[in-house]
Amino acid sequence: MFKQKTLCHCLAALTLGVAAGSAFAGPTLDAIKQRGTLVCGVHTGLTGFSAPDKTGKYAGIDVDYCKALAAAILGSADKVKYVPLTAQQRFTALQSGEIDLLSRNTTWNSKRDTTMGSVFPGVWFYDGQAFVINSKKNPKVKKLADLNKASVCVETGTTTERNMADYARANKLSFKPVVFEGQEATEKAFQSGRCDAYTTDASGIAAMLVNLPNRSDYTVLPEIISKEPLAPMLRRNDQEFFAIARWTIFALQQAEESGVTQANVLRMKAESKDPAVQRLTGATGEIGKGLGLDADWAVRALQAVGNYGESFERNIKPLGLARGMNALWNKGGLMYPMPLD
Amino acid sequence: MWSSERFRNIVYQIALLSLVGALIGYAAYNLVHNLESRAIAIGFSYLGQEAGFDVSETLIDYEPTHSYARAFVVGLLNTLFVSAVAIVAASVLGLVVGIGRLSPNWLLRKLAGAYVESVRNVPLILQLLLWYGVLTELLPPVAEAIVLGSAFLSQRGISLPWPTPHAGWWAALLGLFLAVLFAFLWARAVRRRRERAGRAPAVLWPSLAAGVVLPLAGWAVFGAPSELSTPAMTGFGFEGGKTVSPEFIALFLGLSVYTAAFIAEIVRGGILSVSRGQSDAAEALGLSRGQRLRLVILPQALRVMIPPLTSQYLNLTKNSSLAVAIGYPDLVSISNTTLNQTGQAIEAITLMMAVYLAVSLAISGLMNWYNHRVRLVER
Repeated sequence: MFKQKTLCHCLAALTLGVAAGSAFAGPTLDAIKQRGTLVCGVHTGLTGFSAPDKTGKYAGIDVDYCKALAAAILGSADKVKYVPLTAQQRFTALQSGEIDLLSRNTTWNSKRDTTMGSVFPGVWFYDGQAFVINSKKNPKVKKLADLNKASVCVETGTTTERNMADYARANKLSFKPVVFEGQEATEKAFQSGRCDAYTTDASGIAAMLVNLPNRSDYTVLPEIISKEPLAPMLRRNDQEFFAIARWTIFALQQAEESGVTQANVLRMKAESKDPAVQRLTGATGEIGKGLGLDADWAVRALQAVGNYGESFERNIKPLGLARGMNALWNKGGLMYPMPLD
Repeated sequence: MWSSERFRNIVYQIALLSLVGALIGYAAYNLVHNLESRAIAIGFSYLGQEAGFDVSETLIDYEPTHSYARAFVVGLLNTLFVSAVAIVAASVLGLVVGIGRLSPNWLLRKLAGAYVESVRNVPLILQLLLWYGVLTELLPPVAEAIVLGSAFLSQRGISLPWPTPHAGWWAALLGLFLAVLFAFLWARAVRRRRERAGRAPAVLWPSLAAGVVLPLAGWAVFGAPSELSTPAMTGFGFEGGKTVSPEFIALFLGLSVYTAAFIAEIVRGGILSVSRGQSDAAEALGLSRGQRLRLVILPQALRVMIPPLTSQYLNLTKNSSLAVAIGYPDLVSISNTTLNQTGQAIEAITLMMAVYLAVSLAISGLMNWYNHRVRLVER
């Protein structure tokens, strides 16, 4: 009896392994259309990027990207299922097919682009790694070099641990990393005073500080020690989905450049004489057809979340972060949408 | 032939085994094939690459320029170290509490009972977070550290004076080891003597004397070093001496307090399994309460206790993987970082599982050997 039961379990586990191995052979886009929902991996709670708002719905610039994609592909920004993931879980969730795409402040680097079976359609937010200290407890620390030999709280599963070690080595400093799983645990340890500093992306620090009652006690050090181009991440082997993901980014940025907003998109489609706007809104040209979508794909995306600038204003500005690198190329930033033609 | 039950059974078993083997083979093939087709790198070659991240607590020399393999060993040693000390502490505490639960003293009995019931019914992860929270929230910051002689207690943990490396200290350690060996051999010789002659010299005093004299002699012969490195407050912590991190203390306390509650119940069960007549007979022989416990009851109780104790030791070792929640760089924590940097999830997890399996099998092998030694010998 006992033996039989154990055997059943073994067989069940094995069949699961086999099924999981072969279930998602088809392109992601087909699966999304068939299912009628876009499954989007997001952060468990990072204000400004993806965190539940007062009504309990996910909001943030990473969430906006999911909504824009769902609106473009499925016709409605509500057809998204959000899967909250820790830094640790995110790549496995994408690789295993649990999610269609990862929109979760993920740094685009060579390793992730080449050895993990994934691709990045474009940069959604330019960021960099920074350090924050409690200036009440450490009033003398003004720059990163002053933190030599300090304990620094870091979250596992990110590029930050390695960046910090690299920076320390290059500058002959030493930091004592205290590594936690999950952002909440890391922030809590820092706030309790276990570490002298906390390091993560500058946007993550801003998101933490905005929620703290005593935020004036904290100081972000001036050094940015790394480049963190945060980008959505997709599995390889689906060129159609990749193209839609990439051109959704460009469309939202082009909309900002051309002055198309959530409010005026329909009017612009009907009235604008600007060729770029006409192609963007599908009044002329065949961009939608090339992507395997209808002509109104970008209009729906814009109706859902507005252009890139609007999304930034809504989500990132409240954190106290300036546009900086994330401004459009003609405004001194790095956001450069490829031409719509 | 088919009518023979034996033959049929063999055929069934072979069929079953090949089916299971084929399924495993298919799953493995599928895995490799799928990973390859999705351009996900596979293989263990990443272990030789430079790790590039730092670890705050290491038992061996480690730099970010060392390999992932070395980082893995650092994590493994941290896991083994915290497990080993926690196993010792949990056993001692468990024994005391277990005996306490059977004490004739009402207060002691109830206290021990309350300890067991409250500790073993709260999930370990919550207890770890509680210990860690208590340590980091309640202890003062470095600048206001509690000073205990030349030791400091702060949010960075406990900083103690520690001998600076010198041959004399190692010789003293060797002396201590020899003293333990001597005590063991001496006790055996004394027991033989007593069995033969009825009378024998004392065990305790010569052993204690050896424990004092041998380390001292080793220390004196090799230069009698007196230099201690004392912790000194610097800007962010303590330089010199030995600093035990709050992560380690919390994990150690959490694991030993939690497991001790289970061990206490095993001890109580073991003692109760020895029939009342044994203890009555020992009392009739004029043995004191301590002697009855030590010479009559515990040796017999041990036979019942060892198998469940083994599984508690295994549990403790595996539970040490919860360290990741409170920032102690154990095997899982380091493997997680490796996994995230390299993206080699399947390899990193397989390696972790294999190592935990090996450690568990080693502990269980050791305990089985001991169990074999203490089992009832029919004479």
